[in-house]
Amino acid sequence: MYSEKVMDHFSNPRNVGEIEDANAVGQVGNPQCGDIMKIYMKINDDTQVIEDVKFKTFGCGAAIATSSMATELVKGKTVDEALALTNQAVAEALDGLPPIKMHCSNLAEEAVHAAIANYYESRGMDASEIKACTGECCGCPHSKEHNKE
Amino acid sequence: MTKRIYVDNAATTKVAPEVVEAMLPYFTEDYGNPSSIYNEGRTAKKAVENAREKVACAIGADPKEIYFTGSGSEADNWAIRSVARAYKDKGNHIITSAVEHHAILHTCQDLEKQGYEVTYLPVDEYGMVSAEDVKNAIKDNTILISIMFANNEIGTIMPIAEIGKIAKEAGVLFHTDAVQAVGNVPIDVKAMNIDMLSLTAHKFHGPKGSGALYVRSGVKLTSFITGGAQERMRRAGTENVPGIVGLGKAIEMATADIEAKQKKLTEIRDTYIKKVLERVPYSRLNGHPTQRLAGNANISFEFIEGEGLLLSLDMKGISASSGSACTSGSLDPSHVLLAIGLKHEQAHGSLRTSFGEDNTLEEVDYMVDSIAEIVDRLRQMSPLYEEMMKKN
Ligand SMILES: Cc1ncc(COP(=O)(O)O)c(C=O)c1O
Ligand code: FES
Repeated sequence: MYSEKVMDHFSNPRNVGEIEDANAVGQVGNPQCGDIMKIYMKINDDTQVIEDVKFKTFGCGAAIATSSMATELVKGKTVDEALALTNQAVAEALDGLPPIKMHCSNLAEEAVHAAIANYYESRGMDASEIKACTGECCGCPHSKEHNKE
Repeated sequence: MTKRIYVDNAATTKVAPEVVEAMLPYFTEDYGNPSSIYNEGRTAKKAVENAREKVACAIGADPKEIYFTGSGSEADNWAIRSVARAYKDKGNHIITSAVEHHAILHTCQDLEKQGYEVTYLPVDEYGMVSAEDVKNAIKDNTILISIMFANNEIGTIMPIAEIGKIAKEAGVLFHTDAVQAVGNVPIDVKAMNIDMLSLTAHKFHGPKGSGALYVRSGVKLTSFITGGAQERMRRAGTENVPGIVGLGKAIEMATADIEAKQKKLTEIRDTYIKKVLERVPYSRLNGHPTQRLAGNANISFEFIEGEGLLLSLDMKGISASSGSACTSGSLDPSHVLLAIGLKHEQAHGSLRTSFGEDNTLEEVDYMVDSIAEIVDRLRQMSPLYEEMMKKN
Protein backbone atom coordinates (compact mmCIF):
# COMPACT_ATOMS: atom_id res chain seq x y z
CA MET A 1 0.00 0.00 0.00
CA TYR A 2 2.97 2.36 0.42
CA SER A 3 5.15 3.63 -2.44
CA GLU A 4 8.77 2.56 -2.68
CA LYS A 5 9.81 6.05 -1.64
CA VAL A 6 7.74 5.87 1.52
CA MET A 7 9.23 2.49 2.36
CA ASP A 8 12.70 3.85 1.70
CA HIS A 9 12.21 6.85 3.99
CA PHE A 10 10.59 4.64 6.60
CA SER A 11 13.42 2.08 6.54
CA ASN A 12 16.26 4.59 6.23
CA PRO A 13 14.90 7.82 7.61
CA ARG A 14 17.11 10.86 7.00
CA ASN A 15 17.91 13.32 9.76
CA VAL A 16 16.78 11.27 12.74
CA GLY A 17 17.95 12.54 16.10
CA GLU A 18 18.36 15.63 18.23
CA ILE A 19 20.36 18.83 17.90
CA GLU A 20 21.97 19.79 21.20
CA ASP A 21 22.25 23.50 20.42
CA ALA A 22 19.08 23.86 18.38
CA ASN A 23 17.56 27.32 18.32
CA ALA A 24 14.19 26.12 17.08
CA VAL A 25 12.27 23.19 18.53
CA GLY A 26 8.70 22.20 17.77
CA GLN A 27 6.55 19.30 18.84
CA VAL A 28 3.07 18.47 17.56
CA GLY A 29 0.59 15.70 18.11
CA ASN A 30 -0.06 13.76 21.27
CA PRO A 31 0.37 10.19 22.40
CA GLN A 32 -3.38 9.72 22.69
CA CYS A 33 -3.91 9.97 18.97
CA GLY A 34 -0.87 7.89 18.19
CA ASP A 35 1.20 10.50 16.36
CA ILE A 36 3.90 12.82 17.70
CA MET A 37 6.60 14.61 15.79
CA LYS A 38 9.38 16.60 17.34
CA ILE A 39 11.64 18.69 15.16
CA TYR A 40 14.92 20.43 15.98
CA MET A 41 16.45 23.14 13.79
CA LYS A 42 19.61 25.16 13.74
CA ILE A 43 18.75 28.42 12.02
CA ASN A 44 21.41 30.94 10.99
CA ASP A 45 20.35 34.23 12.57
CA ASP A 46 21.93 36.31 9.81
CA THR A 47 20.82 34.44 6.74
CA GLN A 48 17.65 32.80 8.13
CA VAL A 49 18.84 29.57 6.52
CA ILE A 50 17.97 26.28 8.22
CA GLU A 51 21.47 24.87 8.44
CA ASP A 52 20.60 21.68 10.21
CA VAL A 53 17.42 19.83 11.06
CA LYS A 54 16.65 16.63 12.94
CA PHE A 55 13.46 14.88 13.99
CA LYS A 56 11.96 12.24 16.22
CA THR A 57 8.59 10.73 15.46
CA PHE A 58 6.18 8.39 17.19
CA GLY A 59 3.73 7.18 14.58
CA CYS A 60 3.04 4.87 11.71
CA GLY A 61 5.26 4.20 8.71
CA ALA A 62 3.75 7.14 6.83
CA ALA A 63 4.35 9.48 9.78
CA ILE A 64 8.02 8.49 9.95
CA ALA A 65 8.48 8.74 6.17
CA THR A 66 6.84 12.17 5.95
CA SER A 67 8.97 13.40 8.84
CA SER A 68 12.08 12.23 7.04
CA MET A 69 11.02 13.78 3.73
CA ALA A 70 9.96 17.08 5.32
CA THR A 71 13.33 17.50 7.01
CA GLU A 72 15.05 16.84 3.69
CA LEU A 73 12.88 19.42 1.97
CA VAL A 74 13.54 22.21 4.49
CA LYS A 75 17.23 21.58 5.04
CA GLY A 76 19.30 24.40 3.53
CA LYS A 77 16.19 26.46 2.86
CA THR A 78 15.32 29.80 4.40
CA VAL A 79 12.72 30.07 7.10
CA ASP A 80 10.27 31.68 4.66
CA GLU A 81 10.76 28.90 2.16
CA ALA A 82 10.20 26.32 4.88
CA LEU A 83 6.99 28.01 5.96
CA ALA A 84 5.68 27.62 2.43
CA LEU A 85 6.06 23.84 2.62
CA THR A 86 2.70 22.11 2.42
CA ASN A 87 1.68 18.63 3.36
CA GLN A 88 0.74 18.01 -0.29
CA ALA A 89 4.29 18.83 -1.33
CA VAL A 90 5.65 16.36 1.23
CA ALA A 91 3.22 13.66 0.11
CA GLU A 92 4.05 14.28 -3.55
CA ALA A 93 7.75 14.07 -2.90
CA LEU A 94 7.04 10.60 -1.48
CA ASP A 95 5.16 9.60 -4.67
CA GLY A 96 1.88 9.86 -2.80
CA LEU A 97 0.32 8.44 0.36
CA PRO A 98 -2.76 6.24 0.77
CA PRO A 99 -5.78 8.52 1.37
CA ILE A 100 -6.28 7.43 4.98
CA LYS A 101 -2.66 8.34 5.67
CA MET A 102 -2.78 11.89 4.33
CA HIS A 103 -3.30 13.25 7.83
CA CYS A 104 0.11 11.86 8.80
CA SER A 105 1.72 14.37 6.44
CA ASN A 106 -0.05 17.24 8.25
CA LEU A 107 2.06 16.33 11.20
CA ALA A 108 5.26 17.16 9.34
CA GLU A 109 3.99 20.49 8.05
CA GLU A 110 2.76 21.47 11.48
CA ALA A 111 5.96 20.42 13.18
CA VAL A 112 8.01 22.60 10.83
CA HIS A 113 5.69 25.51 11.56
CA ALA A 114 5.83 24.89 15.29
CA ALA A 115 9.63 24.90 15.27
CA ILE A 116 9.77 28.17 13.34
CA ALA A 117 7.16 29.73 15.63
CA ASN A 118 9.36 28.74 18.54
CA TYR A 119 12.32 30.39 16.83
CA TYR A 120 10.37 33.61 16.25
CA GLU A 121 9.14 33.73 19.82
CA SER A 122 12.59 33.16 21.26
CA ARG A 123 13.77 36.14 19.18
CA GLY A 124 10.88 38.31 20.32
CA MET A 125 9.28 38.25 16.90
CA ASP A 126 5.59 37.95 16.14
CA ALA A 127 4.69 34.31 15.58
CA SER A 128 0.94 34.75 15.52
CA GLU A 129 0.84 34.50 11.73
CA ILE A 130 2.26 31.01 11.80
CA LYS A 131 -0.34 28.30 11.76
CA ALA A 132 1.10 25.77 14.12
CA CYS A 133 -0.34 22.97 16.12
CA THR A 134 -0.96 23.42 19.82
CA GLY A 135 -0.49 19.76 20.55
CA GLU A 136 -4.21 19.11 20.67
CA CYS A 137 -4.75 19.24 16.95
CA CYS A 138 -2.21 16.93 15.47
CA GLY A 139 -4.13 17.34 12.25
CA CYS A 140 -5.23 13.76 12.17
CA PRO A 141 -8.74 12.40 12.61
CA HIS A 142 -7.55 10.58 15.74
CA SER A 143 -7.14 13.81 17.63
CA LYS A 144 -10.44 15.32 16.54
CA GLU A 145 -12.08 12.22 17.87
CA HIS A 146 -10.34 12.58 21.21
CA ASN A 147 -10.95 16.29 21.41
CA LYS A 148 -14.65 15.58 21.53
CA GLU A 149 -14.22 13.81 24.84
CA MET B 1 16.02 -16.33 6.04
CA THR B 2 14.13 -16.90 2.80
CA LYS B 3 11.12 -18.76 4.14
CA ARG B 4 8.47 -16.45 5.52
CA ILE B 5 7.32 -16.83 9.10
CA TYR B 6 3.56 -16.65 9.35
CA VAL B 7 2.39 -15.89 12.88
CA ASP B 8 -1.04 -14.46 12.19
CA ASN B 9 -3.12 -17.63 12.52
CA ALA B 10 -5.78 -15.73 14.47
CA ALA B 11 -6.41 -13.69 11.32
CA THR B 12 -6.62 -16.73 9.10
CA THR B 13 -4.87 -20.02 8.48
CA LYS B 14 -3.45 -21.97 5.58
CA VAL B 15 -5.94 -24.45 4.18
CA ALA B 16 -4.74 -27.98 4.95
CA PRO B 17 -3.88 -30.06 1.85
CA GLU B 18 -6.28 -32.78 3.00
CA VAL B 19 -9.04 -30.18 3.14
CA VAL B 20 -8.29 -28.95 -0.38
CA GLU B 21 -8.31 -32.52 -1.57
CA ALA B 22 -11.67 -33.20 0.05
CA MET B 23 -13.14 -30.08 -1.56
CA LEU B 24 -11.85 -30.51 -5.10
CA PRO B 25 -14.34 -33.10 -6.42
CA TYR B 26 -17.22 -30.78 -5.56
CA PHE B 27 -16.06 -28.15 -8.03
CA THR B 28 -15.76 -30.19 -11.20
CA GLU B 29 -17.22 -33.67 -10.66
CA ASP B 30 -19.91 -33.67 -8.03
CA TYR B 31 -20.94 -30.12 -8.80
CA GLY B 32 -24.68 -30.74 -8.57
CA ASN B 33 -27.13 -28.57 -6.69
CA PRO B 34 -27.99 -30.31 -3.42
CA SER B 35 -31.65 -29.48 -4.00
CA SER B 36 -31.78 -31.48 -7.23
CA ILE B 37 -33.08 -35.00 -7.15
CA TYR B 38 -30.83 -36.57 -9.78
CA ASN B 39 -27.53 -38.26 -9.08
CA GLU B 40 -25.17 -35.24 -8.94
CA GLY B 41 -27.60 -33.45 -6.67
CA ARG B 42 -27.90 -36.37 -4.33
CA THR B 43 -24.12 -36.73 -4.10
CA ALA B 44 -23.78 -33.06 -3.21
CA LYS B 45 -26.60 -33.28 -0.69
CA LYS B 46 -24.95 -36.26 0.94
CA ALA B 47 -21.67 -34.37 1.17
CA VAL B 48 -23.39 -31.42 2.87
CA GLU B 49 -25.11 -33.67 5.39
CA ASN B 50 -21.90 -35.57 6.02
CA ALA B 51 -20.17 -32.26 6.81
CA ARG B 52 -23.05 -31.28 9.09
CA GLU B 53 -22.49 -34.44 11.08
CA LYS B 54 -18.80 -33.68 11.41
CA VAL B 55 -19.43 -30.15 12.66
CA ALA B 56 -22.03 -31.43 15.13
CA CYS B 57 -19.74 -34.15 16.35
CA ALA B 58 -16.87 -31.71 16.91
CA ILE B 59 -18.86 -29.64 19.43
CA GLY B 60 -21.11 -32.31 20.93
CA ALA B 61 -24.25 -31.20 19.08
CA ASP B 62 -26.85 -32.95 16.98
CA PRO B 63 -26.56 -32.56 13.17
CA LYS B 64 -29.99 -30.96 12.94
CA GLU B 65 -28.76 -28.21 15.26
CA ILE B 66 -26.13 -27.03 12.74
CA TYR B 67 -26.84 -24.30 10.17
CA PHE B 68 -24.21 -23.42 7.57
CA THR B 69 -23.40 -19.76 7.00
CA GLY B 70 -21.11 -17.70 4.81
CA SER B 71 -18.81 -16.62 7.67
CA GLY B 72 -18.32 -16.30 11.40
CA SER B 73 -19.62 -12.74 11.17
CA GLU B 74 -22.81 -13.98 9.60
CA ALA B 75 -23.29 -16.59 12.32
CA ASP B 76 -22.84 -13.86 14.96
CA ASN B 77 -25.28 -11.52 13.24
CA TRP B 78 -27.82 -14.26 12.78
CA ALA B 79 -27.69 -15.51 16.36
CA ILE B 80 -28.17 -12.10 17.91
CA ARG B 81 -30.71 -10.73 15.47
CA SER B 82 -32.73 -13.93 15.58
CA VAL B 83 -33.01 -13.98 19.36
CA ALA B 84 -33.81 -10.26 19.40
CA ARG B 85 -36.66 -10.82 16.96
CA ALA B 86 -37.98 -14.18 18.08
CA TYR B 87 -37.98 -13.33 21.80
CA LYS B 88 -39.15 -9.73 21.55
CA ASP B 89 -42.24 -10.58 23.57
CA LYS B 90 -40.12 -11.85 26.41
CA GLY B 91 -37.85 -8.83 26.68
CA ASN B 92 -35.40 -6.52 24.98
CA HIS B 93 -32.25 -6.75 27.09
CA ILE B 94 -29.00 -8.31 25.85
CA ILE B 95 -25.84 -8.90 27.88
CA THR B 96 -22.49 -9.00 26.14
CA SER B 97 -18.93 -7.89 26.86
CA ALA B 98 -16.75 -4.93 25.97
CA VAL B 99 -14.19 -7.16 24.25
CA GLU B 100 -16.34 -8.95 21.69
CA HIS B 101 -15.50 -9.04 18.01
CA HIS B 102 -17.04 -6.22 15.96
CA ALA B 103 -19.43 -8.74 14.39
CA ILE B 104 -21.11 -8.86 17.82
CA LEU B 105 -20.52 -5.29 18.98
CA HIS B 106 -21.74 -3.57 15.84
CA THR B 107 -24.78 -5.85 15.70
CA CYS B 108 -25.63 -4.98 19.31
CA GLN B 109 -25.14 -1.28 18.60
CA ASP B 110 -27.50 -1.61 15.66
CA LEU B 111 -30.10 -3.25 17.90
CA GLU B 112 -29.73 -0.45 20.43
CA LYS B 113 -30.84 1.94 17.69
CA GLN B 114 -33.91 -0.24 17.27
CA GLY B 115 -34.84 0.10 20.93
CA TYR B 116 -33.03 -2.86 22.47
CA GLU B 117 -31.07 -2.40 25.66
CA VAL B 118 -27.53 -3.78 25.74
CA THR B 119 -25.19 -4.21 28.70
CA TYR B 120 -21.52 -4.31 27.72
CA LEU B 121 -19.80 -5.99 30.66
CA PRO B 122 -16.33 -4.73 31.51
CA VAL B 123 -13.41 -7.14 31.80
CA ASP B 124 -10.59 -7.41 34.32
CA GLU B 125 -6.95 -6.54 33.58
CA TYR B 126 -6.54 -9.89 31.81
CA GLY B 127 -9.54 -9.39 29.59
CA MET B 128 -11.66 -11.87 31.54
CA VAL B 129 -15.41 -11.47 31.91
CA SER B 130 -16.60 -12.34 35.40
CA ALA B 131 -19.36 -14.95 35.60
CA GLU B 132 -20.57 -13.15 38.72
CA ASP B 133 -20.99 -9.93 36.69
CA VAL B 134 -23.03 -11.83 34.13
CA LYS B 135 -25.28 -13.14 36.88
CA ASN B 136 -25.76 -9.70 38.38
CA ALA B 137 -26.56 -8.15 35.02
CA ILE B 138 -29.50 -10.47 34.35
CA LYS B 139 -32.85 -8.72 34.62
CA ASP B 140 -36.47 -9.75 34.06
CA ASN B 141 -36.30 -8.56 30.47
CA THR B 142 -32.97 -10.22 29.59
CA ILE B 143 -33.34 -12.43 26.52
CA LEU B 144 -29.75 -13.18 25.57
CA ILE B 145 -26.24 -13.46 26.95
CA SER B 146 -23.51 -13.40 24.29
CA ILE B 147 -19.96 -13.84 25.53
CA MET B 148 -17.11 -14.92 23.30
CA PHE B 149 -15.38 -18.23 24.04
CA ALA B 150 -11.88 -16.83 23.52
CA ASN B 151 -10.74 -13.36 22.57
CA ASN B 152 -9.23 -12.88 19.14
CA GLU B 153 -6.74 -10.20 20.13
CA ILE B 154 -5.40 -11.20 23.53
CA GLY B 155 -6.42 -14.86 23.57
CA THR B 156 -8.15 -14.80 26.96
CA ILE B 157 -10.43 -17.82 27.43
CA MET B 158 -13.68 -16.90 29.14
CA PRO B 159 -15.40 -18.96 31.90
CA ILE B 160 -17.91 -20.33 29.40
CA ALA B 161 -19.14 -23.35 31.37
CA GLU B 162 -19.82 -21.16 34.41
CA ILE B 163 -21.68 -18.59 32.36
CA GLY B 164 -23.63 -21.39 30.66
CA LYS B 165 -24.75 -22.68 34.03
CA ILE B 166 -25.83 -19.23 35.16
CA ALA B 167 -27.75 -18.65 31.93
CA LYS B 168 -29.49 -21.98 32.23
CA GLU B 169 -30.52 -21.38 35.83
CA ALA B 170 -31.85 -17.94 34.91
CA GLY B 171 -33.67 -19.28 31.84
CA VAL B 172 -31.80 -16.90 29.52
CA LEU B 173 -30.39 -17.97 26.16
CA PHE B 174 -26.61 -18.15 25.90
CA HIS B 175 -24.71 -17.55 22.67
CA THR B 176 -20.94 -17.76 22.34
CA ASP B 177 -18.72 -16.57 19.51
CA ALA B 178 -16.34 -19.55 19.44
CA VAL B 179 -14.60 -18.51 16.23
CA GLN B 180 -11.18 -18.44 17.90
CA ALA B 181 -11.81 -21.38 20.21
CA VAL B 182 -12.88 -24.18 17.87
CA GLY B 183 -9.97 -26.52 17.28
CA ASN B 184 -7.97 -24.85 20.06
CA VAL B 185 -10.10 -25.58 23.12
CA PRO B 186 -12.32 -28.66 23.67
CA ILE B 187 -15.98 -27.66 23.34
CA ASP B 188 -19.08 -29.55 24.42
CA VAL B 189 -22.18 -27.45 23.92
CA LYS B 190 -24.34 -29.72 26.03
CA ALA B 191 -22.01 -29.96 29.01
CA MET B 192 -21.34 -26.22 28.85
CA ASN B 193 -25.02 -25.28 28.46
CA ILE B 194 -24.41 -23.33 25.27
CA ASP B 195 -27.59 -22.57 23.32
CA MET B 196 -25.98 -21.01 20.27
CA LEU B 197 -22.42 -21.00 18.96
CA SER B 198 -20.66 -19.36 16.00
CA LEU B 199 -17.68 -20.81 14.18
CA THR B 200 -15.81 -20.28 10.92
CA ALA B 201 -13.66 -22.70 8.91
CA HIS B 202 -10.81 -20.38 7.95
CA LYS B 203 -9.52 -20.15 11.52
CA PHE B 204 -8.73 -23.87 11.63
CA HIS B 205 -7.23 -24.64 8.23
CA GLY B 206 -10.52 -24.67 6.37
CA PRO B 207 -11.61 -22.42 3.50
CA LYS B 208 -12.67 -18.77 3.86
CA GLY B 209 -16.32 -17.85 3.53
CA SER B 210 -17.63 -20.96 5.24
CA GLY B 211 -19.04 -20.87 8.76
CA ALA B 212 -21.75 -22.38 10.89
CA LEU B 213 -24.18 -21.52 13.63
CA TYR B 214 -25.18 -24.11 16.20
CA VAL B 215 -28.66 -23.61 17.59
CA ARG B 216 -29.91 -25.95 20.31
CA SER B 217 -33.16 -27.70 19.40
CA GLY B 218 -36.03 -25.85 20.98
CA VAL B 219 -34.48 -22.42 20.50
CA LYS B 220 -36.51 -20.35 18.06
CA LEU B 221 -34.53 -19.36 14.99
CA THR B 222 -35.84 -16.82 12.50
CA SER B 223 -34.84 -17.12 8.88
CA PHE B 224 -31.91 -14.94 7.98
CA ILE B 225 -32.06 -14.98 4.20
CA THR B 226 -35.46 -15.60 2.66
CA GLY B 227 -35.89 -17.48 -0.59
CA GLY B 228 -35.37 -21.18 -1.18
CA ALA B 229 -35.79 -23.95 1.36
CA GLN B 230 -32.12 -24.50 2.16
CA GLU B 231 -30.96 -24.95 5.75
CA ARG B 232 -34.44 -25.98 6.86
CA MET B 233 -35.93 -22.81 5.41
CA ARG B 234 -33.76 -20.60 7.60
CA ARG B 235 -31.07 -19.54 5.15
CA ALA B 236 -31.91 -19.47 1.48
CA GLY B 237 -29.26 -19.80 -1.19
CA THR B 238 -27.69 -22.76 -2.95
CA GLU B 239 -25.20 -24.24 -0.55
CA ASN B 240 -21.48 -23.54 -0.88
CA VAL B 241 -20.90 -27.27 -1.24
CA PRO B 242 -17.08 -27.26 -1.55
CA GLY B 243 -16.85 -24.75 1.32
CA ILE B 244 -19.12 -26.83 3.52
CA VAL B 245 -17.20 -30.01 2.70
CA GLY B 246 -13.98 -28.15 3.54
CA LEU B 247 -15.44 -26.99 6.85
CA GLY B 248 -16.42 -30.55 7.72
CA LYS B 249 -13.00 -31.96 6.91
CA ALA B 250 -11.17 -29.13 8.66
CA ILE B 251 -13.17 -29.30 11.88
CA GLU B 252 -12.73 -33.07 12.01
CA MET B 253 -8.97 -32.69 11.72
CA ALA B 254 -8.76 -29.69 14.06
CA THR B 255 -10.64 -31.36 16.88
CA ALA B 256 -9.05 -34.80 16.52
CA ASP B 257 -6.18 -34.11 18.89
CA ILE B 258 -6.57 -30.73 20.54
CA GLU B 259 -4.39 -31.72 23.49
CA ALA B 260 -1.32 -32.44 21.35
CA LYS B 261 -1.79 -29.20 19.46
CA GLN B 262 -2.21 -27.24 22.71
CA LYS B 263 0.93 -28.78 24.12
CA LYS B 264 3.02 -27.89 21.11
CA LEU B 265 1.68 -24.36 20.72
CA THR B 266 1.87 -23.58 24.43
CA GLU B 267 5.57 -24.39 24.40
CA ILE B 268 6.20 -22.12 21.43
CA ARG B 269 4.03 -19.35 22.85
CA ASP B 270 5.55 -19.41 26.32
CA THR B 271 9.10 -19.54 24.96
CA TYR B 272 8.33 -16.55 22.76
CA ILE B 273 6.71 -14.55 25.58
CA LYS B 274 9.51 -15.29 28.02
CA LYS B 275 12.25 -14.38 25.56
CA VAL B 276 10.63 -11.19 24.33
CA LEU B 277 9.87 -9.90 27.83
CA GLU B 278 13.46 -10.71 28.87
CA ARG B 279 15.04 -9.11 25.83
CA VAL B 280 12.94 -5.99 25.37
CA PRO B 281 12.61 -3.52 28.26
CA TYR B 282 9.30 -1.65 28.72
CA SER B 283 7.26 -4.48 27.28
CA ARG B 284 4.27 -6.24 28.81
CA LEU B 285 2.09 -9.22 28.08
CA ASN B 286 -1.56 -8.48 27.36
CA GLY B 287 -4.19 -11.05 28.30
CA HIS B 288 -4.17 -13.83 30.86
CA PRO B 289 -0.86 -15.59 31.57
CA THR B 290 -2.35 -19.08 31.50
CA GLN B 291 -6.05 -18.90 30.62
CA ARG B 292 -5.24 -18.03 27.04
CA LEU B 293 -5.34 -19.62 23.61
CA ALA B 294 -2.30 -21.86 23.22
CA GLY B 295 -1.14 -20.04 20.08
CA ASN B 296 -1.78 -16.43 21.14
CA ALA B 297 0.75 -13.92 22.43
CA ASN B 298 0.03 -10.20 22.61
CA ILE B 299 2.77 -7.90 23.80
CA SER B 300 2.84 -4.10 24.12
CA PHE B 301 6.05 -2.21 23.53
CA GLU B 302 6.01 1.23 25.05
CA PHE B 303 7.05 4.36 23.16
CA ILE B 304 6.51 2.92 19.68
CA GLU B 305 3.64 2.61 17.28
CA GLY B 306 2.61 -0.81 15.99
CA GLU B 307 2.40 -0.16 12.28
CA GLY B 308 6.08 0.64 11.96
CA LEU B 309 6.83 -2.56 13.84
CA LEU B 310 4.63 -4.60 11.47
CA LEU B 311 6.19 -3.03 8.37
CA SER B 312 9.67 -3.74 9.64
CA LEU B 313 8.78 -7.31 10.60
CA ASP B 314 7.29 -7.81 7.15
CA MET B 315 10.61 -6.74 5.62
CA LYS B 316 12.25 -9.43 7.72
CA GLY B 317 9.78 -12.01 6.45
CA ILE B 318 7.52 -12.08 9.50
CA SER B 319 3.73 -11.68 9.23
CA ALA B 320 1.98 -10.59 12.42
CA SER B 321 -0.70 -8.15 13.52
CA SER B 322 -1.20 -5.13 15.78
CA GLY B 323 -3.86 -3.33 17.79
CA SER B 324 -2.72 0.06 16.58
CA ALA B 325 -5.26 2.43 15.04
CA CYS B 326 -2.83 3.23 12.26
CA THR B 327 -3.05 -0.33 10.92
CA SER B 328 -6.80 -0.65 11.10
CA GLY B 329 -7.84 2.49 9.28
CA SER B 330 -10.11 3.33 12.22
CA LEU B 331 -9.63 6.21 14.58
CA ASP B 332 -8.95 4.44 17.82
CA PRO B 333 -6.61 1.69 18.88
CA SER B 334 -8.02 -1.72 19.77
CA HIS B 335 -11.13 -1.59 21.97
CA VAL B 336 -9.90 -4.78 23.63
CA LEU B 337 -6.60 -3.29 24.75
CA LEU B 338 -8.37 -0.17 26.01
CA ALA B 339 -10.87 -2.38 27.89
CA ILE B 340 -8.06 -4.11 29.81
CA GLY B 341 -6.85 -0.69 30.93
CA LEU B 342 -4.02 0.09 28.56
CA LYS B 343 -3.34 3.73 27.82
CA HIS B 344 -3.83 4.77 24.20
CA GLU B 345 -0.12 4.97 23.54
CA GLN B 346 0.43 1.47 24.95
CA ALA B 347 -2.40 0.09 22.85
CA HIS B 348 -0.88 1.66 19.73
CA GLY B 349 2.35 -0.25 20.32
CA SER B 350 1.01 -3.77 20.57
CA LEU B 351 1.99 -6.85 18.61
CA ARG B 352 -0.18 -9.95 18.30
CA THR B 353 1.52 -13.12 17.21
CA SER B 354 -0.68 -16.18 16.78
CA PHE B 355 1.25 -19.38 16.26
CA GLY B 356 0.20 -22.45 14.33
CA GLU B 357 1.45 -26.03 14.05
CA ASP B 358 3.86 -25.05 11.29
CA ASN B 359 5.84 -22.71 13.52
CA THR B 360 9.03 -23.82 15.24
CA LEU B 361 11.21 -22.80 18.18
CA GLU B 362 13.96 -21.78 15.72
CA GLU B 363 11.53 -19.33 14.21
CA VAL B 364 10.85 -17.96 17.67
CA ASP B 365 14.54 -17.17 18.13
CA TYR B 366 14.68 -15.34 14.81
CA MET B 367 11.50 -13.46 15.70
CA VAL B 368 12.80 -12.39 19.10
CA ASP B 369 16.06 -11.11 17.56
CA SER B 370 14.14 -9.23 14.90
CA ILE B 371 11.68 -7.71 17.35
CA ALA B 372 14.41 -6.59 19.74
CA GLU B 373 16.30 -4.93 16.90
CA ILE B 374 13.25 -3.22 15.38
CA VAL B 375 11.82 -2.00 18.68
CA ASP B 376 15.19 -0.52 19.53
CA ARG B 377 15.43 1.21 16.15
CA LEU B 378 11.92 2.67 16.45
CA ARG B 379 12.57 3.81 20.01
CA GLN B 380 15.69 5.65 18.92
CA MET B 381 13.34 7.60 16.66
CA SER B 382 10.61 8.11 19.26
CA PRO B 383 10.16 11.45 21.06
CA LEU B 384 8.31 9.59 23.82
CA TYR B 385 11.30 7.37 24.47
CA GLU B 386 13.60 10.38 24.49
CA GLU B 387 11.36 12.12 27.03
CA MET B 388 11.33 9.08 29.28
CA MET B 389 15.11 8.62 29.08
CA LYS B 390 15.68 12.27 29.98
CA LYS B 391 13.39 12.02 32.98
CA ASN B 392 15.26 9.00 34.36
C1 LIG C 1 -13.84 -13.75 17.57
C2 LIG C 1 -14.18 -13.61 16.14
N1 LIG C 1 -15.46 -13.53 15.77
C3 LIG C 1 -15.83 -13.43 14.48
C4 LIG C 1 -14.90 -13.38 13.47
C5 LIG C 1 -15.36 -13.25 12.05
O1 LIG C 1 -15.24 -14.40 11.33
P1 LIG C 1 -15.32 -14.34 9.73
O2 LIG C 1 -14.03 -13.77 9.27
O3 LIG C 1 -15.52 -15.73 9.26
O4 LIG C 1 -16.48 -13.46 9.39
C6 LIG C 1 -13.53 -13.45 13.80
C7 LIG C 1 -12.47 -13.41 12.78
O5 LIG C 1 -12.08 -12.44 12.21
C8 LIG C 1 -13.17 -13.56 15.16
O6 LIG C 1 -11.89 -13.61 15.53
S1 FES D 1 0.43 8.09 12.62
FE1 FES D 1 -1.51 7.29 12.90
S2 FES D 1 -2.10 6.76 10.92
FE2 FES D 1 -0.19 7.66 10.64
